[in-house]
Amino acid sequence: MSATILYDREAVIADDAREDGDRLWVSAEDLASATGWVLKPEGLCKGEVCSPLPADGSWLDTEGRVDLTAFARRFGRPIVHDEEHSIWAFGESASARRDDLLSLQAPDFTLPDLDGNMHSLSDYRGKKVFLYAWASW
Amino acid sequence: MWQVIYDELKDRNFEIIAVALDTGGKTAVEPHIRPTNLDERPEAARRITGWGESEWSRKAPPQYPCLIDEEHVVAGLYGMINVPSAVWIDEEGRIVRPVEVPGFGDDWRFMHRETFELPDDKAARQQVYRHVYVDALRDWAHKGEDSEYALPADEVRRRLQPPAEDDVLAATHVRLGRHLYREGHLEAAKRHLQEAVRLSQGRWNYLRQGLSLDPELVGQINVTPEFWEVFDAIGDATYYEAADLPGMPR
Repeated sequence: MSATILYDREAVIADDAREDGDRLWVSAEDLASATGWVLKPEGLCKGEVCSPLPADGSWLDTEGRVDLTAFARRFGRPIVHDEEHSIWAFGESASARRDDLLSLQAPDFTLPDLDGNMHSLSDYRGKKVFLYAWASW
Repeated sequence: MWQVIYDELKDRNFEIIAVALDTGGKTAVEPHIRPTNLDERPEAARRITGWGESEWSRKAPPQYPCLIDEEHVVAGLYGMINVPSAVWIDEEGRIVRPVEVPGFGDDWRFMHRETFELPDDKAARQQVYRHVYVDALRDWAHKGEDSEYALPADEVRRRLQPPAEDDVLAATHVRLGRHLYREGHLEAAKRHLQEAVRLSQGRWNYLRQGLSLDPELVGQINVTPEFWEVFDAIGDATYYEAADLPGMPR
């Protein structure tokens, strides 16, 4: 079956996914495109960092899929599943957010303007920034 | 209106970054960022927002970056629970004033709900909230870290409100809701926003966003009876807590 994954970047559609209650199993290829973590013999790796899979094999199914939800829970990321539309969204870890904030460094973000040009807060380093949130509603 | 302040302060190594927390996206925000009828903005709007007549007469479309945040990401990152909200960030990227209400207090709630007219004494208070805040912002733009309004690290930490587990879960529902909205699943999107409101009590941005997703309401402030019913349920509780600044009326 196919499932939509909202992880770090834009939505990724995992064509060969398997939903199993509150667990989502995806192929290693789909996991890599959704999260940037690559399945290797030493575990799931991003750059130099590797996170080993449990030795009991509980994160791998017989067809080679990985339990993406177990992986996300290891990092304390909240998970929301819309059953009707087969969408899985992964949020930010509360403790990571807390540590970031208490460092007093303003968390960076990248967003489009009306013309679709992307701007990051960090582009404005070196200036005093008045960050003003508003809405039409 | 912030364009007037921007014109005044932009040569002080000062930037305004406006972020629209708006799941309705470009359709919802473009008429506000590129208005064609600025001169027609009613006097009642000036009195509610507390801008002075001189500033109001110089109003102009923004020339600073105006970004669109359909997932309310910035609200989650900085702990914003309503709009308007603002944060001050210094040249090194450090937060020197965490989230607060920029130039608004709670006297707006005495406005007439059909004409939006505000009694004179309340309008005068709204002007004080505005001017105390904007003068503090001017002071910081001129003096930087020497401004008394740039808070020391301990005070910033004391004021910060890091998210709880339910807050990050609520933000994840909003992310999913925005995706569903974009895919045309309006009712499903609203359900996720409602779940976010249930999890993260007091986050007016999620509540008000959910009330303005129907096509006939996208891009407009929702002051329908549906909004007032929710608003009235808070009773005397504060809606807009004026920024904690010297000279701010309490």
